[in-house]
Amino acid sequence: MSTAELTLTEDGIPLKEKLAKTTALQRRRALLLTLPLVIFLVVSFVFPIGQMLFSSVHNDKVSAVVPTFAEAIIQWDGEGLPSEQIFEIFVKDLAAAKKVREIGRTVGNMATRINYEMPGSRSLFTSTARKAKKIEAPYKENLIKVNKKWANPTIWLTMQRAARDITPAFYVAALDLKYDENGDIVRADELYQIYLNNFIKTLGVSALITLICVVLAYPVAYLLSVLPLRQANLLMIMVLLPFWTSLLVRTTAWIAILQTEGVINDMLVFMGFISDDGRIQMIYNQTGTIIAMVHILLPFMILPLYSVMKTIPPTYMRAALSMGAKPLYAYRKVYLPQTLPGLAAGTLLVFILAIGYYITPALVGGEDGLLISNLIAYHIQKSLNWSLGAALGTLLLAVVLILYWLYNKLIGIDKLRFG
Amino acid sequence: MSAESPLVRFENIQKSYDGEILVVKDFNLDVAKGEFVTMLGPSGSGKTTCLMMLAGFEPATNGEIYLKGKPINKVPPYKRGIGMVFQNYALFPHMTVAENLSFPLEVRGISRSERETRVKRALDMVQLGEFGGRRPMQLSGGQQQRVAVARSLVFDPDLVLMDEPLGALDKNLREQMQYEIKHLHEQLGLTVVYVTHDQTEALTMSNRIAVFDDGIVQQCAAPAALYENPENAFVANFIGENNRIMGTVKNIDGEHVSVTADSGDNIVAHKVNIENVGDRTTLSLRPERVFVSPEEGSVDNVFSAKVEELIYHGDHIRTRFKVCGHDDFIVKVPNSAKHSALQENNTVNIGWKVEDCLALDA
Repeated sequence: MSTAELTLTEDGIPLKEKLAKTTALQRRRALLLTLPLVIFLVVSFVFPIGQMLFSSVHNDKVSAVVPTFAEAIIQWDGEGLPSEQIFEIFVKDLAAAKKVREIGRTVGNMATRINYEMPGSRSLFTSTARKAKKIEAPYKENLIKVNKKWANPTIWLTMQRAARDITPAFYVAALDLKYDENGDIVRADELYQIYLNNFIKTLGVSALITLICVVLAYPVAYLLSVLPLRQANLLMIMVLLPFWTSLLVRTTAWIAILQTEGVINDMLVFMGFISDDGRIQMIYNQTGTIIAMVHILLPFMILPLYSVMKTIPPTYMRAALSMGAKPLYAYRKVYLPQTLPGLAAGTLLVFILAIGYYITPALVGGEDGLLISNLIAYHIQKSLNWSLGAALGTLLLAVVLILYWLYNKLIGIDKLRFG
Repeated sequence: MSAESPLVRFENIQKSYDGEILVVKDFNLDVAKGEFVTMLGPSGSGKTTCLMMLAGFEPATNGEIYLKGKPINKVPPYKRGIGMVFQNYALFPHMTVAENLSFPLEVRGISRSERETRVKRALDMVQLGEFGGRRPMQLSGGQQQRVAVARSLVFDPDLVLMDEPLGALDKNLREQMQYEIKHLHEQLGLTVVYVTHDQTEALTMSNRIAVFDDGIVQQCAAPAALYENPENAFVANFIGENNRIMGTVKNIDGEHVSVTADSGDNIVAHKVNIENVGDRTTLSLRPERVFVSPEEGSVDNVFSAKVEELIYHGDHIRTRFKVCGHDDFIVKVPNSAKHSALQENNTVNIGWKVEDCLALDA
């Protein structure tokens, strides 16, 4: 558009410019109001997730401890054993590293890193490091003399892989795979296949929890939407009560109710349904996890359902009946389809919350009730294999994003209604 | 069905929601086949409750409703075969227009090809043949209304109920739809029970109107009869505009009564529902039945009145007079050369005939 065609205001300034100027202040003020939240989100959400994504593929424990060797071994062609020169660099680097006391840069840290990929190799490094100062040329021969495991090419291949700072190794581990002697990716031994199975179990348990929530929440939400205001409010308070009690208190209450010496078992024994020896194990296993989590997540199903049902006037059902539809048919064809947005919102919400739930399975899950988040927590807090924890966390995030994408594809995110 | 037995009969129907108050007190009504009967009344008068009882959504507390001579109190709504148009249309938002119309046919197990023909026919009937694939939300209010009407007719019900179906439309559209529904009624020979609180709508469309107030039918008659010969003060007041003059009956002479208005003026009126000399009465006068400067001897009541206000309405001039102690006496003066001389604060004679002035209950 040429300048001649520009619409001008009375005082000769282009209209667009003038409009931008008058709205700029407003926009800036609005932006300023959101600033605290934006900062909070960046600091507490965007940055940590970025950090997690990064550490799931990044680990410099080898290159930080034996930097010269790391550079050299990466150049190695992987045939047979590395050259005498590489052996020399390794022995010297190891000797130098032995003196370092800085946390995160000790031989121990490096040994742990390599031990992830080659279980049982940790002591090889720590013991050799103690003797490294005394090893002299020919390095290859003498090193193998110190420990004949150094003659195994696999340890050098493993070190070559670990020397790279950016590595897919933790995803390989998180997906129950491993590198074989030749460096090819294969399935891990059955004994070590824990993560995929746990992922599948987590998805299964979450699906079951979601299903139970739907079955329990649907009638309650319906009742809430049709009851007179007074009763509906009372019911709503009861629905929201779990929200107002501490998570720990709620979970502890479940322990008191469900444990073998707990209320339910006592009553069953008292009434003679089960013998004193036959008390049912309802907690510290998967059952306990499911019961407690359904209780906690139920409001997240009821509220979106309720908010949708509230907007469906009763005349729809009446219209369907007046046209000759039997109540059940009318319900299925007219009422149910209209509650789908709420059902979908509740399902998505409960399922996503469930697959990431941590505290409840940790408290009442026992051995078989542990979910993927508990394994992630284990790697972050106990085993200190942060990279593996991060890789597992990233996979969990990916699952959630895929679900979200699927939801958007099937139902449309704009149809989501929470309240 | 014999010619005499009505399609619908309400017999001594009473209805209470809380066990304390009767919202419908004693409702009796016969609707003949092909009739267009309107239940008219202010909100809370029980008219919608009666409709819901007929549709089967509310049980009658006492009495019996008959459809084609059979009692239907215990018949569930989906077995009554009554078409219904709701106030907010109640079109299913998750179905297309065609699917909405197809629904009552599907329920009846009608074959797909037959369904398609009938849906097409019903849509054409309301001039929406092209809109079958749309969602109700994509239609205007008037179009949604038409779809709702078509849906209530598509399964050829014996009876169609309409619960204030035009309430949500603007004035022009409402009038247009009134004629369309009326024409459908005439063309298809439908039997319609219609509920509204709009008296103009009731007058335009109905064969008969049942005027409700306080759970009781005040009068049930054809539109003209309701307007010309209201049986009581409520009906006179509710249907059309009227001027009311309060007074006491002084003398009854056959059809004529002499009434002393509260202002002391003596008015001769037509006796409707007053019994005794000395009773209080409401005199009802339609604004278009009052003459300004009547010729000597042409009317029976002549009073001198002061012009308070003139409101120009184009075809007529709405004139507010002060007469017989009332300063809100409205007269519709035709916009003709004869009356162009009316001026505010002037005093003129106005008068009316005995038969136009009805002496009703107070």
